[in-house]
Amino acid sequence: KPDNTAFKQQRLPAWQPILTAGTVLPAFFVIGLIFIPIGIGIFVTSNNIREYEIDYTGTDPSSPCNKCLNVSWDSTPPCTCTINFTLEHSFESNVFMYYGLSNFYQNHRRYVKSRDDSQLNGDNSSLLNPSKECEPYRTNEDKPIAPCGAIANSMFNDTLELYRIDNDTRTPITLIKKGIAWWTDKNVKFRNPTGDGNNLTALFQGTTKPVNWPKPVYMLDSELDNNGFINEDFIVWMRTAALPTFRKLYRLIERKNNLQPTLQAGKYSLEITYNYPVYSFDGRKRMILSTISWMGGKNPFLGIAYITVGSICFFLGVVLLIIHHKYGNRNTSADIPN
Amino acid sequence: MADPIRWARYRWQRLISTEGREVSSSSNSSSKRYQSSKTASKHRIVIPCLGHFKEEYEKVSKLYMNNKIRTTKYTLLNFIPRNLFEQFHRVANLYFLFLVVLNWVPLVEAFQKEITMLPLVVVLTIIAVKDGLEDYSKYKLDKQINNLLTKVYSRKEKKYIDECWKNVSVGDFIRLSRNEIIPADMVLLYSSDLDGICYIETASLDGETNLKQRQVVRGYSEQVSEIDPEKFSSRIECESPNNDLSRFRGFVEHSNKDRVGLSKENLLLRGCTVRNTEAVVGIVVYAGHETKAMLNNSGPHYKRSKLERKVNSDILWCVLLLILMCLTGAVGHGIWLSRYSEIPFFNIPGPDGKLIPPALAGFNMFWTMIILLQVLIPISLYVSIEIVKLGQIYLIQNDIDFYHEKTDSTIQCRSLNIAEDLGQIQYIFSDKTGTLTENKMVFRRCSIAGQEYCHEENAKRLESYQEMDSEDEDSADAQYASLNHMSKRRGHNCRAVNESLKKKSLDQLSGSYPVAGRENSASDVPHAGHVAFSSRIETDVVPDTQLLEKFSQISSHSYQQSEDAVSKLSLETTYIIDFFLALAICNTVVVSVPNQPRQKMRHSSLGRMPIKSLEEIRQMFQRLSVRRLSSSPLPSIKESSSESPNSFVSKLSIFKMKLASPALDGAAQRAAEPHNPDSPENPQLSEELDMVNVAAGSEHHSAGSSVKGSSPLSKLCYEAESPDEAALVHAARAYKCVLQSRTPDQVTVDFTGLGSLTFQLLHILPFDSVRKRMSVVVRHPVSNKVVVYTKGADSVMMDLLGTASEGTKNSEMEQKKIKERTQKHLDDYARRGLRTLCIAKKVMSNEEYTEWLNHHFLAETSIDNREELLLESAIRLETKLTLLGATGIEDRLQDGVPDTIQALRKAGIKIWMLTGDKRETAVNIAYACKLLEPDDKIFTLKSQSRDVCALVMNKILEGIQKNTSAKKTKSQKLGNVSASPTTQAPAFSAGLVIDGKTLEHVLHDSLQNIFLDLTEKCRAVVCCQATPLQKSVLVRLVRNKLKAMTLAIGDGANDVSMIQVADTGVGILGQEGMQAVMASDFAISQFRHLRKLLLVHGHWCYTRLTNMVLYFFYKNVAYVNLLFWYQFFCGFSGTSMTDYWILILFNLLFTSVPPIVYGVLDKDVSAEILMQIPQLYVMSQKSVAYLPSTFWITLLDAFYQSLVCFFVPYFTYYGSDIDIFSFGNPINTAALFIILLHLLIECKSVTWIHAVVIVGSILFYFVFTLAFGATCKTHNPPSNPYWIMERHMTDPVFYLVCLLTTCVALLPRYLLRVLQGTLFPSPVMRAKHLDKLIPEEQREAIKRWKDDCVVNCRMEFQVTSGSSSSATGAVSEEESIASVLPTSKTPLQFCSRGGLVEEVSLSDIQDESGNTNSLSSERTVFLNLSKETNSDSYGSSNCCAKVSQRTSEEGKSAISLAGLNTEQV
Repeated sequence: KPDNTAFKQQRLPAWQPILTAGTVLPAFFVIGLIFIPIGIGIFVTSNNIREYEIDYTGTDPSSPCNKCLNVSWDSTPPCTCTINFTLEHSFESNVFMYYGLSNFYQNHRRYVKSRDDSQLNGDNSSLLNPSKECEPYRTNEDKPIAPCGAIANSMFNDTLELYRIDNDTRTPITLIKKGIAWWTDKNVKFRNPTGDGNNLTALFQGTTKPVNWPKPVYMLDSELDNNGFINEDFIVWMRTAALPTFRKLYRLIERKNNLQPTLQAGKYSLEITYNYPVYSFDGRKRMILSTISWMGGKNPFLGIAYITVGSICFFLGVVLLIIHHKYGNRNTSADIPN
Repeated sequence: MADPIRWARYRWQRLISTEGREVSSSSNSSSKRYQSSKTASKHRIVIPCLGHFKEEYEKVSKLYMNNKIRTTKYTLLNFIPRNLFEQFHRVANLYFLFLVVLNWVPLVEAFQKEITMLPLVVVLTIIAVKDGLEDYSKYKLDKQINNLLTKVYSRKEKKYIDECWKNVSVGDFIRLSRNEIIPADMVLLYSSDLDGICYIETASLDGETNLKQRQVVRGYSEQVSEIDPEKFSSRIECESPNNDLSRFRGFVEHSNKDRVGLSKENLLLRGCTVRNTEAVVGIVVYAGHETKAMLNNSGPHYKRSKLERKVNSDILWCVLLLILMCLTGAVGHGIWLSRYSEIPFFNIPGPDGKLIPPALAGFNMFWTMIILLQVLIPISLYVSIEIVKLGQIYLIQNDIDFYHEKTDSTIQCRSLNIAEDLGQIQYIFSDKTGTLTENKMVFRRCSIAGQEYCHEENAKRLESYQEMDSEDEDSADAQYASLNHMSKRRGHNCRAVNESLKKKSLDQLSGSYPVAGRENSASDVPHAGHVAFSSRIETDVVPDTQLLEKFSQISSHSYQQSEDAVSKLSLETTYIIDFFLALAICNTVVVSVPNQPRQKMRHSSLGRMPIKSLEEIRQMFQRLSVRRLSSSPLPSIKESSSESPNSFVSKLSIFKMKLASPALDGAAQRAAEPHNPDSPENPQLSEELDMVNVAAGSEHHSAGSSVKGSSPLSKLCYEAESPDEAALVHAARAYKCVLQSRTPDQVTVDFTGLGSLTFQLLHILPFDSVRKRMSVVVRHPVSNKVVVYTKGADSVMMDLLGTASEGTKNSEMEQKKIKERTQKHLDDYARRGLRTLCIAKKVMSNEEYTEWLNHHFLAETSIDNREELLLESAIRLETKLTLLGATGIEDRLQDGVPDTIQALRKAGIKIWMLTGDKRETAVNIAYACKLLEPDDKIFTLKSQSRDVCALVMNKILEGIQKNTSAKKTKSQKLGNVSASPTTQAPAFSAGLVIDGKTLEHVLHDSLQNIFLDLTEKCRAVVCCQATPLQKSVLVRLVRNKLKAMTLAIGDGANDVSMIQVADTGVGILGQEGMQAVMASDFAISQFRHLRKLLLVHGHWCYTRLTNMVLYFFYKNVAYVNLLFWYQFFCGFSGTSMTDYWILILFNLLFTSVPPIVYGVLDKDVSAEILMQIPQLYVMSQKSVAYLPSTFWITLLDAFYQSLVCFFVPYFTYYGSDIDIFSFGNPINTAALFIILLHLLIECKSVTWIHAVVIVGSILFYFVFTLAFGATCKTHNPPSNPYWIMERHMTDPVFYLVCLLTTCVALLPRYLLRVLQGTLFPSPVMRAKHLDKLIPEEQREAIKRWKDDCVVNCRMEFQVTSGSSSSATGAVSEEESIASVLPTSKTPLQFCSRGGLVEEVSLSDIQDESGNTNSLSSERTVFLNLSKETNSDSYGSSNCCAKVSQRTSEEGKSAISLAGLNTEQV
């Protein structure tokens, strides 16, 4: 004889939602009433963000960088160009300096795979014997490449410098190059090879530099804690972008004191050491200056979307209210003929 | 012959596995093995393992298998390879294997190689574990069976020793005792039974619980002592092992080269049980897998549900979609590549340093895409469907409403994968006896000599039984006691004692068979099943007081009365005596005593006969013979039809066999000698002679039979061929006319008042469906006259009655009066739905008998057309009968049958009743169970030729069409007037009754379509006299031609074929064994359970599974499309923005359990509402939940949701410094929320289980991703999502994105459901509202709902009657006639009875009108036409004249053309 339990007899107490205009009305209004303020908040926040962007690819013949358009990886001497620009508004808080690339498919499947995380994590065996995923950038002249793989090989190598032009005087703006990578990347995920002493040259013994690089990985920076695999520019580059148009954090400009904005409105000049060839694949290079809010960079979409959805919900709520008043009582009676 | 084999197969399956489905095709292995051993020779030679043939034995026995069986598929060693092999027979698994292999090709590799294997490995593992467990349980059972013990003769020890079954080999001698199971097929060499008979119960093979006889091999039966294996010096040659249960050929060759044939009668089959025989010895001829039982054991049939077929087709759509998407990817990648004149450095060259051309890259990308988007084809869907079905079956099996206390049984789901088909049934084909009725024949009423005895107390008893049904045993006993008490008060002390005794004996009986072996313990046969047809309700008959009084007068004081006073009374008395004698004798009931071998019941007639009463008996019968009514010949014997020849032959063969037995021959011979001119003048002498005769006879035939002097009356147990017979014998017993014993040549009946009488049994003319009667010819022990007792259907019996030519005019009048009155009673019985039988007798003088006997022998010995001659002979005997009376036996409808049928019909299910019974009974039952309604028009189809049949059907169709069109116009008019909204085509309530022979024509190819047209117009169809084959053909016809979902329900062996043909087979655990249950997909104990099974569980299972499947499609499409959209932004390079572990586990872990819970537990409407509003069933029946449009809408929604889910994050993060996996994380998380909340929207009821599972899934996802993010630095190249989730958890934008995405994605679906619920609520929706109401309101609402329907119907009906009463213009002529015709009913009836030729004036469509209360057994006009009258009778009707001409050309001697009744109230 079967047990007479609620479960076996399918008599479990249940919440049986019936979706009718009457029952869901409040939900729509509530959503509307919550979303619209959120949207407004986001929108305002986003609008308060200062952002300035310069395309320095030089496709335009009038552009100062037009001359560098057809550079290759190892052109010597490096092509340099200077672009002057004017900030209309001052940037009050900390400014983030990005370089942006367009039409650069850093998310190509094989490109994304072309790295060896173990090697980057400082694993000595991987250092000398990189993963097969790095092919064809695994070895060069029978020496293992460090860091191996296409991502590292194609590392962004333009140098950007920012000057404030104040009455024909060029004052360089201090660009901080540390703190641009994720803390976990810098401190956990990326490690230099371990060994005796701190001599990176010795540690990277037996490896060779990536093909496109002008100098080996242990000469990326003069500071020890920003050199080798834990070089932050390198780490930032290694975090492959999700979309073909992306920006990557390049430098930080910290606000010096509370009295004056980080970047005042005025004239500035951007000096570029143009190394990175993007013209071949119709790419674009940009420099972006942006302040940051709690929600990151400037993006009006989220705010507008919230406001729109909130409004739609509110509107639907009204429609449902009408429907409910017109047809709602039909539900409670079962005597509608088939 | 195929059917019994199949039954055996199912039975065996069940033996091997406790769960129906587990058994898989183990036969494959066994038959293969058998093949190999078969090569030896066509025949097999069996040589005893002993002495004389030792060398030869060694040689031969190697060729044969021993008795060890192995039904498992796997061994420990081959499990993994073999299971994998089996699993990769599934196309889906092959597809996924292909993907895995594909991923190993470096050029197209999308994920890491190992990871694609994961889903496949998980699925394979789950299935392998399941298979392994099943196989293990089989292994355990095998072991158990193999280790059963039996007694095998050992040469060393010169005695029978215990051996395991598995050690038995061909040529072994085995000795079995009572109730032991036969371990292997063996030839019977010795039986402790004196006649060399062994009884076996084949329930385990074919489910039949009645006992079968097996004979010792000729030549061995004469041996008195047990056979000594040492001295057995013969060899047995027999055919090679085969699976034909009904055939066994071979011979025994003795050492002197004499050969004795062997037949199936000599073979004891493995798995059967020895019953009622103390000991048997046999020699094993087939062992192990070569036994017939094992050879019949093949795998279960695998039914695929309609939904599953639909799912498969939709999966094909998904495949198409997948290919489309992959093509897009391939083409896109090609274009993307060709856009670059120079190689961009993010496009990595191949290993050889060269880049492949865009076209080839595109081609490679196609395969990469297939791997990437593989989840579109839901691999987990199959596993989930199986799990959900298991869950649903579990819940069905645990439904307490299916529990039947009386039989202690609940529903058995034998087929695990068609539960959802229960929700889509359109046609139900139901057996009648045992399915709609209880198949418990209860003696209700009788009429003797024109006097009715209505047995009111008996009726009361039945009612009390009915009440008892619902109460438990204690109170039942109490009631029973009170019943006893009641009868005591009425002065039937003896009876009461008897009853209680009987009760006890029955109790003993039910417990008497020890649970022998595993078979019985595993079987769920109710206890009652062991004893055929003898539940208490049937055995106890409370006698009618009036009748009992009369009866007791016979024994007490009737003979003291003066001759004058006696005259009237005694005539009636003799009638009564004869009536009960006929009840007791005229049958083939086997008498046995439980716990004792049945043949030991012979009595020395002299010893038992109380001499004291002899005188009285003699006087009594003397009186009877004086008034004996010898009858004059009646002209015509109307046997217009010849029933199916097969059954006829088989019945006759029984007949022959009986006659052929030497003992009977002797008796007949002796009887044939006119040795004793016995006459009433010389009573003393005749009686003495008779006594001597009888005694001698009994001594002769039962030489050496042990005598059991004091056999307790009450312990007798009757086993009858049919329950009707048993009911009659039990009825006779209630009147102290107790059938004591029956042997092939004599019958002993015990009269309490008179002592026991032993009748010499001369002939039994068994029942056959042509004659529709059976007769027993006995020599009366007192009068020494030859007496024929006949019982049969009233329709034939009434014509065989003779008129009293010898008697006075007075008695002739008397006879006529009796006949008329009896007929009246019979009609009354039929109206009450009782099964009627007429009882008649005939006394023959010795001369008459001798004459007949000579003819009969001629018939018997003739070679050509013996059957016909025997039939003729039987007909010659059964004439000039004297009507004794009639009986009414009730086959009660099961509880709740009418309600169930009504509910099922409201649910839009068409119900056909297919029965082997005759038309009258079938129609009566159909009315009783509301299959036919009083308001229905009934068309009866009964014709002899195909052309007539076609004509009649066309006519009916026309009539219906006219009717409906008239109705339509009328209703439109009505609609205009009253603005009634019901203008849709009204349901025409018509019923069709069709009989077996007509069915044959109708099922012919040319008529099938018109027949189906016709049946589609009818609400109910009753097919009577249908053979099992016809039943299955009908089901197949409807299933294939109408593409309808069919359900067949039945309880007996004759229903097996239709149960197997139907989409869903339901067996009823009934009185008739287990065959139907074996073949069925679901086994229930009561017909009424069908209501909940279909309306509630069918609906639930269907909607649940449908919704789950749709949800699965949605889920997979929605999720996979996220990846697809991303391809547009990564150059169609096949990148996934989610870590592939999470990608794979998303389907496997995070979102797999909620849909399963949803599929098992979702409840759109409560059971109560579903039961009360059967109309809701239509929703699932018409697949409303899963239309093609539903599928596409679901896919569309999935596309929309995936678009939202991808592009909201896309625009949010556009141009930012987001990296791939940080971009994928919010998308994935939002997708999880969307997919789970979507489920919540679709859920109709959310229990704590749902809540736990959904919340659990979300938590699990977060825990997993957090843990994964925290640990995965380098282990998972190239996508180490290190710290991504952690970072996002602290990022408000992440939450904002998830929230917005989820809301926007779900908004349309939510809105759709809301609008649907508000503006166009489906009936299910409205029913759901009822659930929320308080009980009173609910009741009101349900009533209103029902009223709606009733009002609709009534309106339609009024329209009909309106149109007919107006009778203007074209409105069917028939109906106008119908209103005129009611008076014609009686003469028509009369004519048919009298067998006169009736002229049909109008056409072949004869209308008849009458209300249902005057349901007559003769609804149809029966015409028996001879050739000569053909043209005359049909001359007036043009069309029919043609028809008859055509038929006479065909050489038909008679046409029984039926009319077609259009009945209208």
